[in-house]
Amino acid sequence: MKIKLVYFGRPREHLKVSSEAVDVPAEASTLEALLAWLRLRGDVWAQELADSRVRCAINQEFASLPTAIKDNDEVAIFSPISGG
Amino acid sequence: MSVLIQEADFDLAAELLALRAGNSRVGAMVSFVGLVRDFSHDETIESIYLEYYPSMTEKALNKIIDEATARWNLINVRVIHRIGQLIASDQIVLVATTALHRGEAFAGCEFIIDYLKTAAPFWKKEQTKVGSEWLETRASDVKRMEHWHNDTTGK
Repeated sequence: MKIKLVYFGRPREHLKVSSEAVDVPAEASTLEALLAWLRLRGDVWAQELADSRVRCAINQEFASLPTAIKDNDEVAIFSPISGG
Repeated sequence: MSVLIQEADFDLAAELLALRAGNSRVGAMVSFVGLVRDFSHDETIESIYLEYYPSMTEKALNKIIDEATARWNLINVRVIHRIGQLIASDQIVLVATTALHRGEAFAGCEFIIDYLKTAAPFWKKEQTKVGSEWLETRASDVKRMEHWHNDTTGK
């Protein structure tokens, strides 16, 4: 399954990546499973992408961790928002 | 109704003049301007850095404005949010509303800034002498937003 990943806030800074195209295995079919798969990259990825530290959006809408992801989705991973 | 996200500063007087231009039914205009504070957790802030998610942030802000205009009779709304590097006393955000009467203009403006704080994707990093820190959503802001769920004032 091919998806686009975009990062904002703390993870963007600490992972030193703002976007990437990835081909995720079929079992990484929810946001929760996607984060677990990305944590396998180790080191800073394992720390930064802990479920409790990040929030997500799919195709520009906030989404909770059990939400399913589909081919061609744009998945955003970011720290809790703080505007205004 | 319009949303603008920009690095540049904004001129409050010019924005308010434009917001009510050409409509003599406007009887009330309310504006909220958020500013950069120079302290946090007893540390002096040297600057803050703001980033956003192009397309999602505008979408989220427009949705908040739609909810406000569904609830109150607002004639016009303007939201400007700055991004990039800002220093103490800089203007960060403008929310301005116009309505026939002040009650609706006040309520609409407060609703929009309360939701912006908790539902619009912006990320803020504070730079102090000892280092930098990404801020998290404040519990007090979530509380302010949630009180609108139980508040049934409106049209």
